[in-house]
Amino acid sequence: MIIAVSSQGKSLKDPIDLRFGRAAHFILYDTASDEYRALDNDNNLNAAQGAGIQAAQAVSRGKAEAVITGHCGPKAFSALQAGGIAVYLCKENTVEEAIQAYKKGRLEQAEEADRSAHW
Amino acid sequence: MRLAIISGKGGTGKTTVAVNLALYLHREGEEVCLADCDVEEPNAHFFLDAAWSRENRQTVAVPEIDNAKCLGESCLQCVNECRFNSLIWMAERVMVFPELCHACGLCSFLCPVQAVDETTRDIGLVRRGKGLGVDICSGLLRIGEAMASPLIRRVLKSTPGQGIVIADAPPGTSCPVMETLRDVDYVILVGEPTPFGLHDFKIAVELVRKLGLALGTVINRDQMGDDQLEKYIRHERLPLLARLPYSRQAAAACSRAEPLLEAMPEFKEIYRNMWENLQKEMQAGGK
Repeated sequence: MIIAVSSQGKSLKDPIDLRFGRAAHFILYDTASDEYRALDNDNNLNAAQGAGIQAAQAVSRGKAEAVITGHCGPKAFSALQAGGIAVYLCKENTVEEAIQAYKKGRLEQAEEADRSAHW
Repeated sequence: MRLAIISGKGGTGKTTVAVNLALYLHREGEEVCLADCDVEEPNAHFFLDAAWSRENRQTVAVPEIDNAKCLGESCLQCVNECRFNSLIWMAERVMVFPELCHACGLCSFLCPVQAVDETTRDIGLVRRGKGLGVDICSGLLRIGEAMASPLIRRVLKSTPGQGIVIADAPPGTSCPVMETLRDVDYVILVGEPTPFGLHDFKIAVELVRKLGLALGTVINRDQMGDDQLEKYIRHERLPLLARLPYSRQAAAACSRAEPLLEAMPEFKEIYRNMWENLQKEMQAGGK
């Protein structure tokens, strides 16, 4: 299964990006093979609006079935939910630590957005 | 003639200037309409004690996708071309986020199979009325609606095509202000002589210059802070149409929603001069 982790950089050692829609990158991590690739989020980072739902579309296209991020707003959350993509909010420092926490079942699945809409 | 009153910083005195200038011109026998474009918190009508004669609910078009007709992932023109990022491809269908839609109609225009239907979204009210003899148009944005510009366009559309229209702009220098400045002949920029006031004043000057519009300035609460605003106005060679004194009595009248022309007759002379200076500037074709 592929998990998308919002990241400030392109490697597992990089810190998590707490923002979902405006994350610098996503690390698409395959839990079956332990392989990963980085997905650039530049377009959405600088979008005037709609970054959250566009990021949701991007991770969906990357075949992710779960997202690990710091925060998630209502529009992004509903987009991910429509795509059947689970959202896990984490406070870990690095992508690697977040994936470990996920694998050990220490991350709880979010049932709703934890941020209100903004423009 | 179409005028717009802007300020950059909020609370500088746009509405005070707009209301009193409209009232002054009406009393001079001019045909004048005040357009309150601050649709997120309209308040000009309080100063005129206006009564509404017409209220019209306003809607904008929002796309609705007919999934039976949609070509799906092989097309995605609507998703890819939307300038406002309001459509995505998710779970094998196009998902619409109406709150992000600016109702431009591009998705419907582009769709090769006419799968984009239009439904509507309520954006608020346009109201017309009269107060102290002055005609007023005003917008009231629906609570929860994020985009003010489409409603501002409707407010301005409801103003008469002749006479003098005075548009009271929202604060700031972003899209709603630019919408208010569409098709105006002259911009009055109201400034406040404080560091914060000057900061936003400069941004507003840049905006008006970029739009190539004729600009005049008014200093409100003159003598309240420092002389940096006036120095900037001189340095940039901007016309100074009027100075409104810093006055506790004026502040008290405003807090009671009384036009200064009513509460303090000495303001009439200031507005007379403001109007004369503005006309001179317009005749000189000044920018």
